[in-house]
Amino acid sequence: MLLFILRRLGWGVFTLFCVSLLTFFIIELAPGSAVDSEIERLRAMGSTVSTEQVEALEEQYGANDPWIVKYGKWIGGLLRGDAGMSFAFREPVADVIGSRIALSLALGIGATLLAWAVAIPIGVYSATHRYTLGDNIITLIQFIGLAIPEFLLALGVMVAAVQFGGLDVGGLFSNEYRNAPWSMDKFVDMLAHLWMPVLVISVTSTAWLTRVMRANLFDVLGQQYVQTARAKGVAERKVIWKHAVRNALHPLVMALGATISGLMGGELVVSIIFNLPTLGQALFQTLITKDTYVAATILVIMAAILIIGNIVSDLLLAWVDPRARVMG
Amino acid sequence: MSTDQITGAGLDEATSAEPAGAVAFVDSKVGEISQTQLMIRRFKQSKLAVIALFILIFLYLIALFAPFLSPNDPVQVDQAYKYAAPSSLTWSGGPAMCTVTQEIDPVNITTTYVKDCSNPIPLQIFGQGFEYKFLGLIPTSRHLIVAPEGEAKLMLFGGDGNGRDIFSRTLYGSRVSLTIGVFAVAIATILGSIMGTWSGYAGGRTDTIIQRVIEIIQSVPTLPLWATMAAVLPQDITVTQRFILMSIILSLLAWTGLARQLRGKVMGYASSDYVSAAKSAGAKTPRIITTHLLPNSASHIVAVAMLAIPATIIAETTLSFLGIGMTEPGISWGVLLKDAQRIDVIQQFPWVMLPAVFVIVAITCFQLVGDGVRDAVDPYS
Repeated sequence: MLLFILRRLGWGVFTLFCVSLLTFFIIELAPGSAVDSEIERLRAMGSTVSTEQVEALEEQYGANDPWIVKYGKWIGGLLRGDAGMSFAFREPVADVIGSRIALSLALGIGATLLAWAVAIPIGVYSATHRYTLGDNIITLIQFIGLAIPEFLLALGVMVAAVQFGGLDVGGLFSNEYRNAPWSMDKFVDMLAHLWMPVLVISVTSTAWLTRVMRANLFDVLGQQYVQTARAKGVAERKVIWKHAVRNALHPLVMALGATISGLMGGELVVSIIFNLPTLGQALFQTLITKDTYVAATILVIMAAILIIGNIVSDLLLAWVDPRARVMG
Repeated sequence: MSTDQITGAGLDEATSAEPAGAVAFVDSKVGEISQTQLMIRRFKQSKLAVIALFILIFLYLIALFAPFLSPNDPVQVDQAYKYAAPSSLTWSGGPAMCTVTQEIDPVNITTTYVKDCSNPIPLQIFGQGFEYKFLGLIPTSRHLIVAPEGEAKLMLFGGDGNGRDIFSRTLYGSRVSLTIGVFAVAIATILGSIMGTWSGYAGGRTDTIIQRVIEIIQSVPTLPLWATMAAVLPQDITVTQRFILMSIILSLLAWTGLARQLRGKVMGYASSDYVSAAKSAGAKTPRIITTHLLPNSASHIVAVAMLAIPATIIAETTLSFLGIGMTEPGISWGVLLKDAQRIDVIQQFPWVMLPAVFVIVAITCFQLVGDGVRDAVDPYS
């Protein structure tokens, strides 16, 4: 088991290295650089920037180096834990990422838990009441849930909250708590701001997981051991929840790794609309402002989260399904 | 009806008297239906999928005839129609529209719309409007329905922040939004088929390398990577160039899923008896791939490709909405929805969200058709 984890971690590190090369290459393709924007900013502020100054700046940031040299500098810095300064946020990149990663993880984990909590009971109902009115309604809602792009859903929820609930949406805190020290009230205020984004992010995975759950449980219910259980007089409730559902959960655990990528996309879109300081929102900001190195760093961090998430879901699978342990 | 019963009865008698012959007769009739016909039959069984297919065909016809159906030039800016409310239709010896005057309260800066239906403006069917080329060939200026030129403008979905007609823009936008996803998936399918077949058939080291490459691509979250690639596109390219580059970007990540699925199928076929037979008969690899593996997987490829389209359409719309996909002066549904980014705009002028209806309908239909195709092709999966 330990060997399996070590091997997965080793492969994860190699993957991360390839991802860093790939993302850095893509980002270097962009015309213009943060140095150009910085020079433009200085000019806009009224200071004259001479050609020598431009050259000095370019020299300082190595703007004219071949990309592999820049990559070496960047990855070297990252490995030393020094990700440099962000032009867009005017603070060290490590601070930008560090302050956002917790919120991103909280949103992602919250959305996953919510999706599971909703998808399992509904999937079970759907599979045990196949082709009834209830099942058909659930299927229809699933299709709509999959068809509405997250940004539309986020906009819809926001407008509804403002229009009918008079709620304060957007951002992480209400005005009075923004600079206040941590307290119970501030925490409650934050939760009041976070439940809507979590809800929106979880919709797509909920719809998808319900479908997976329905299909699997239906397959399992057709198996002979379920018939045996029924034949010997086990209560139907027990047959479904104890005998069938347990065995239908494995594909859901397997799907956990696959849903993380979708959750991250959802988080990016939703946090831009709800104006939440998450990794996805920072990535978008840095992309727009051509803060290339920071964008690459954030993308690599996101890939790292995804890889770790996949390893965790593999371990979970090995835990719930002894058959999967043989694979390691 | 009666003849049916008679033949049916006769068949029963024949079966009881001479079972082998009768069964053979029935079998040969079943065999006359080709594989494709069987699939079409199974597809037709799913009513939802058939309805969705018709809606999709209708949407594509709209895209094709967008200029003819549009009452107004989609790019014409008109300050008089800034955030104009949708025209309200009425009947007065023919289709007509009420006059609406927009009043801006100077104190609260809110807009109110005063409708006056006492003096409706008649609409002209096949009337004169802006000039365009019908199907890109015949220059004309006839449109399905327009308000008389100079008097008023027919704004079925209202106006956007620049006074452009949202209805016409939605029709024009369908041209980009409905084709970019299909185009991207087409590229991805070609790439995915080649890599998937190669990986599944070659096996060994080649298989491992291709699978590892796919794993690396898939270990970057999809939408953030799409956003990154879209954001590095140069700003000064034409709409057509942007369309092509965006489709390539979308396909660059979409192919991995296709390749994975196909590899599994091909691996199954590659170990089958008929492939071994072909090999022992001296068939070369290209021949085995093109005559045995690809035709067998063709229907499966179509099903997987259909199911990949909704995700690419959502991606294009989302990226355009964020301002890094298709951009002005290009028109796509996502570009139109960019107007709806601010809550106060949506609250005051809810019609800026109308293009969203088209997005949701198109994606739902693609999903239903994709599901129908998959069930028809692979009833046991």
